Amino acid sequence: MKAREPRLLLTTSPFIKSPQDTRFIMWQVNYALVPVILAGIYYFGLNAVLIILVSLAGALLPEWLWSRRQSHPVNTVRDGSAVITGLLFALTLPPGIPLWMAFLGGTVSVVLGKIIFGGLGYNIFNPALVGRAFLQAAFPVSMTTWIPYATPENVFHIRGDLLTFPFMKPRMDALSAATPLARMKFESQLTRLTDLLLGSTAGSLGETAAFIIILAGVYLGLRGVINWRIPVGIVATVFLLAALLHWVDGTRYPAPWFHVFAGGLMLGAVFMATDPVTSPITQKGVWIFSIGVGLLVVIIRIWGGLPEGVMYSILLMNAVTPLINKMVRPRIYGMREKSGR
Amino acid sequence: MERLLFREKRTFKHGIHPRDYKHFTRDLPIERMPFVREYVLPLSQHAGAPSRPVVKRGERVFRGQLIAEPAAFVSAALHAPVTGVVAAVEPREHPAGKMVDAIVIQRDPHSPQTLFNEHPIDWSALTPSELLEIIRLGGFVGLGGAAFPTHVKYAIPEGKYARFFFVNAAECEPFLTTDYRIMLERYPHIFSGIRVILKILGSEKAYIGVEDNKQEAIALLRETMPSDLPCEVVPLKTKYPQGAEKMLIEAVLHREVPSGRLPIDVEVVVNNVGTVAAIGELFAYNQPLIERVVTITGPGIHRPANLLVPIGTRLSDVIAHCGGMKDNVRQVLFGGPMMGMPQRSLDVPIMKGTSGVLFLTDGEVVPRREYPCIHCMKCVDACPMYLNPSLLGMLARVRRYEDMLEHYIMDCIECGSCSYVCPSNIPLVQRFRVAKALLREKMARERAVQG
Repeated sequence: MKAREPRLLLTTSPFIKSPQDTRFIMWQVNYALVPVILAGIYYFGLNAVLIILVSLAGALLPEWLWSRRQSHPVNTVRDGSAVITGLLFALTLPPGIPLWMAFLGGTVSVVLGKIIFGGLGYNIFNPALVGRAFLQAAFPVSMTTWIPYATPENVFHIRGDLLTFPFMKPRMDALSAATPLARMKFESQLTRLTDLLLGSTAGSLGETAAFIIILAGVYLGLRGVINWRIPVGIVATVFLLAALLHWVDGTRYPAPWFHVFAGGLMLGAVFMATDPVTSPITQKGVWIFSIGVGLLVVIIRIWGGLPEGVMYSILLMNAVTPLINKMVRPRIYGMREKSGR
Repeated sequence: MERLLFREKRTFKHGIHPRDYKHFTRDLPIERMPFVREYVLPLSQHAGAPSRPVVKRGERVFRGQLIAEPAAFVSAALHAPVTGVVAAVEPREHPAGKMVDAIVIQRDPHSPQTLFNEHPIDWSALTPSELLEIIRLGGFVGLGGAAFPTHVKYAIPEGKYARFFFVNAAECEPFLTTDYRIMLERYPHIFSGIRVILKILGSEKAYIGVEDNKQEAIALLRETMPSDLPCEVVPLKTKYPQGAEKMLIEAVLHREVPSGRLPIDVEVVVNNVGTVAAIGELFAYNQPLIERVVTITGPGIHRPANLLVPIGTRLSDVIAHCGGMKDNVRQVLFGGPMMGMPQRSLDVPIMKGTSGVLFLTDGEVVPRREYPCIHCMKCVDACPMYLNPSLLGMLARVRRYEDMLEHYIMDCIECGSCSYVCPSNIPLVQRFRVAKALLREKMARERAVQG
């Protein structure tokens, strides 16, 4: 008796695979961003919706065009990484920014942040932060003009300078507000902890509600999508350094919880510093990276000219990451000495 | 004291946690496969030189009779799995995918198939070297999969000492339940095998390493352990590749085998539990290695089983015995899903090193698209040898094999953990195997040139 011979596939081991593929990981990050986006919409109304949609379009358009080129027939839009870039970029913007700038910044994120390096996996800097750094340098006034968060009556009111034409001078909304960090730096005024946690402060679209970002981070950490050491390392470093300064001079330096929950620290620590492409590849390297980010954040915030330093801290540590990868090599099993060369 | 303070399970660092899929056959007792018409015994089913046939076509052979002898020190003897007639000595399909010389035996349908010269061997009266010779002539090889000749492992080089003997019963490969069933059903042979081996090696102590997903086996071995046997059952954390020699030693002794060296360099000899039980049976019945337990499993076979199969039984006969394959079978593997060997023909025989046959269907065999590496470090965190598979994978992709040497590619144990975890579906270990083979070839060439 001869068994039926099926067409057997010849591949090599292993034959089972972890169900988490790149697409899954990227979309998990996008799903985790949903509550953060909803918080932004809650506080900044229609403005937030428009800015997010326009930024997303600005990020996805070049990604789609690039993925259509001959030698690269795969549709990389669907892997979700450009969606992350567009969303994260939008969440770092002031809620009153002209929409054309948001579109331009989204495009710069993907083109200068990712595509010129060769696409997903080859970039050195976090793409969303590249876009934001570009806008910060090009349009410093629009990038530092903040509007107060919305009240239920004017959710549908488009405020700020959203509809300014490209390269026209923004008319400057009369209603402007200061972020908690700016109030601290320039007016030495502390913001209430509950406001920082819930997000009822001025600030970038997605950075104000620290509590929601923490929940999203816990979810991603538990699912193994992000490396929990990065946000923990950053936040712990900021907390410890801020606590030390506060202990030295409590009148000049705010309490550590303020530095931890104010500004873009949570958003940056959970969603941007954890970008696997631009963070180190060993656990020891990851600790160095996250402690570095935390130190730079406190240094820039306290001694720098700007009230906020999360973006530059992460970008600087991104630049150091290849060096960390080269210096911090794990010891190979069965070898006494370090394999560093 | 330290162990009292830190009662964490013993294990190695890194590794992966695949689903274990052992439910297919976990609770099925070992079942003897009935004799079939024809058996195919490749002369090369072990590591080392092929065996040299000592029988001719047309010759009558008895079950358990020597039919091929070891052709070198690193080689193994081969025995007739059934009483019958040598039908041919010719190239046949081999599970490694090539044609290899094999002895084909046609069973005598009228024979009662009793063992040739069955009797217990009083091993306590024999010297270690006499025992070693009996094992050598019994055709013993490692039954875990690598099929390394057992007598070579026991030949301890001058100046080395096998202080510890390890019984590897981790069985970390998903799906396989061979070792588990052997522990539950043949434990007396495991203990007698350990006694013989301890005498040969002169070891102080034996350890049986069992992953803690086999609690019943751990409990049974502990209960039935003879009080005078210097042996300890060590529960290990269930984690792949816990059954790799180096990982087993690290878990139990917290010692690392130096790079490029063997377990004996840390005073250890490791054997698979199936091998140990088979050695116990050798001395109980004078039965050479002519049959083994094979897990027949996977979603693609109608009746999964833990089968006691005569070596040389063809895969097609095993499939027929197990109710046939399902229609959607796409892959048939010898061994487990992590390190198994894919088969293209159903005519290949079960060999000494075949621990399982796994039938995978369309449900499990899905084509996966390769994405660029995103440096997520899941592979770095999985590699039990602490290599950087991400970096090695990039070097392999552009064929910079020489540079891979500097990143210790030769220390890779090819466990496949990196490929398993890679979210970008990069065939890491697959490329490493190619790289290692080419590098070994090149090194051999260079040695030859230098004379």
